[in-house]
Amino acid sequence: MYDFALVFSVHRAYREPPMSLTRAQLASIATLARLDLSAAEIPVYQQSLSSILDFIGALDAVDTADVNPMAHPLPGLSQRLRADVVTESDHHEAYQANAPQVAAGLYLVPKVIE
Amino acid sequence: MSDPPRASLTELIAGLRARRFSSAELVRTYLERIDQHQGALNAFISVTREQALKDAQAADRVLAAGGGGALTGVPIAHKDIFCTQGVRTTCGSRMLDNFVSPYDATVVAKLRAAGAVMLGKTNMDEFAMGSSSETSFYGPVRNPWNPALVPGGSSGGSAAAVAARLAPAATATDTGGSIRQPAALCGVTGIKPTYGRVSRYGMVAFASSLDQAGVLSTTVADAALVLREMAGFDPNDSTSVDAPVPDYVAQLEQPLAGLKVGLLKEFFDKGLEPQNEQRIRDALRIYEGLGARLTEVSLPNLPLSVPVYYVVAPAECSSNLARFDGVRFGHRCENPKDLQDLYRRSRGEGFGAEVKRRIMTGTYVLSAGYYDAYYLKAQRVRALINADFIRAFKSVDVLIGPTTPTPAFPIGAKTEDPITMYLNDIYTIGANLAGLPAASIPCGFVNDLPVGLQVVGPHFAEARVLAVAHAFQRATDWHTRVPQGYA
Repeated sequence: MYDFALVFSVHRAYREPPMSLTRAQLASIATLARLDLSAAEIPVYQQSLSSILDFIGALDAVDTADVNPMAHPLPGLSQRLRADVVTESDHHEAYQANAPQVAAGLYLVPKVIE
Repeated sequence: MSDPPRASLTELIAGLRARRFSSAELVRTYLERIDQHQGALNAFISVTREQALKDAQAADRVLAAGGGGALTGVPIAHKDIFCTQGVRTTCGSRMLDNFVSPYDATVVAKLRAAGAVMLGKTNMDEFAMGSSSETSFYGPVRNPWNPALVPGGSSGGSAAAVAARLAPAATATDTGGSIRQPAALCGVTGIKPTYGRVSRYGMVAFASSLDQAGVLSTTVADAALVLREMAGFDPNDSTSVDAPVPDYVAQLEQPLAGLKVGLLKEFFDKGLEPQNEQRIRDALRIYEGLGARLTEVSLPNLPLSVPVYYVVAPAECSSNLARFDGVRFGHRCENPKDLQDLYRRSRGEGFGAEVKRRIMTGTYVLSAGYYDAYYLKAQRVRALINADFIRAFKSVDVLIGPTTPTPAFPIGAKTEDPITMYLNDIYTIGANLAGLPAASIPCGFVNDLPVGLQVVGPHFAEARVLAVAHAFQRATDWHTRVPQGYA
């Protein structure tokens, strides 16, 4: 049904991807991801993200109509919950030692509200 | 018994117990080797010399008093993805270049409690995203078998360090093959346990449903020992499994007579280099000689594991890496003009090219209107792959095949083409998607470069995977080969 030849053929075909992200689409993804990209980076990512989207497009061909999406890598298990009690002590000084800018125990950022 | 640095970790423990050498002598030997070869290999990001010598002296006092744990006094290296209290933890990224962890990862704490002495932190692909250890902010790691070649990745620093005998064992992590693929390319032993077996607490997150910590070492017996000490339930990791850890060392010697070995039909396809295939076929004949019965099995959905992975892993990566905002820790840009500028430039400057590529891929597949088409679709196909594995393990005890399609490739050969790089993990990703334990062991050479044999078992069958791999090392000596110049 599926074999590596399929995956490799998708790979071979991808040099001229049928689906191509526009510059505006790429810019909008970068905005959502909060990433500043240089003018030189944009066409590089436009090309490689288009290829990747084309590559993962191989999944479209699979019939998954009756399949539940996997929610946990171990079948039948789900995430454990703990009792809702305080277990942590105060580490703010140790943690803030790594912060770029702090004052009076607070993290400093540029002014948000004028 | 061999002397360091050729000795296995197990032999080093015996030597320490017999007072053939002290921990301080042992640690000094390895620190000198690191100094000697760091320039050629770039396997380490940080070397914790003073602390290592202090810890070794403390271990010597414990040993002299007749005490100590399973690993007291033996040096090990940690992949720089594990948080180490008071020691810089970079994850191979400019983003964390100045990050000194305020706490220890559970893996680090457990190995310290067992007596292991940390030599330093090993180099890796940035945020463990890569298959060649070329994406590190600290420069590429080189393969001890040939410095023009990659060591594999993302745990390339750990694999190169163990292969060059700069450390007898090292911790590592595996999200899509990051323990097994570098183990194969560097000619060492690596095991990725079942998802949930080893705590992920304090291990910098990449793709949380796939990440799992494990070991790189020169022998399976050493991997069994270190894994036994690392594994176990941890309330600090909500995906940690509350199940007893078997004594993997005590269960190593199991007869293979009647063992049902599955050959994955999909693993012996066009992508596999003919000479690599020959080494794998040779290894299978050795298993037959040990009494194993080989049967071909098919996992029809397995070839889709790479595209599934490149939806699921970037999606989880984009969520996990959202925490790097330039506010609480990590890189911050100069003179941000507002909060958005602070986020965007701190992240744009702090992350390297491949990390940005994966964050954006993940952002896209999770974005409004695409979530169903990509992420949910991939998780459905992942369920099919998982079902394929579960079906296969109804008729076979383990699956054996290649770890990688080719031996190590030249530095720079695949950096321009992300998908060529991604296809390196074509045989390893399946075990991550299904959460299965899997090991890679050396099984021969192609053009003087090591080839890895992969053994995959059912969930929580680490003991079986290790015993099957150990039997091969009892029958062969590939794992004892040391690259030229490092003996």
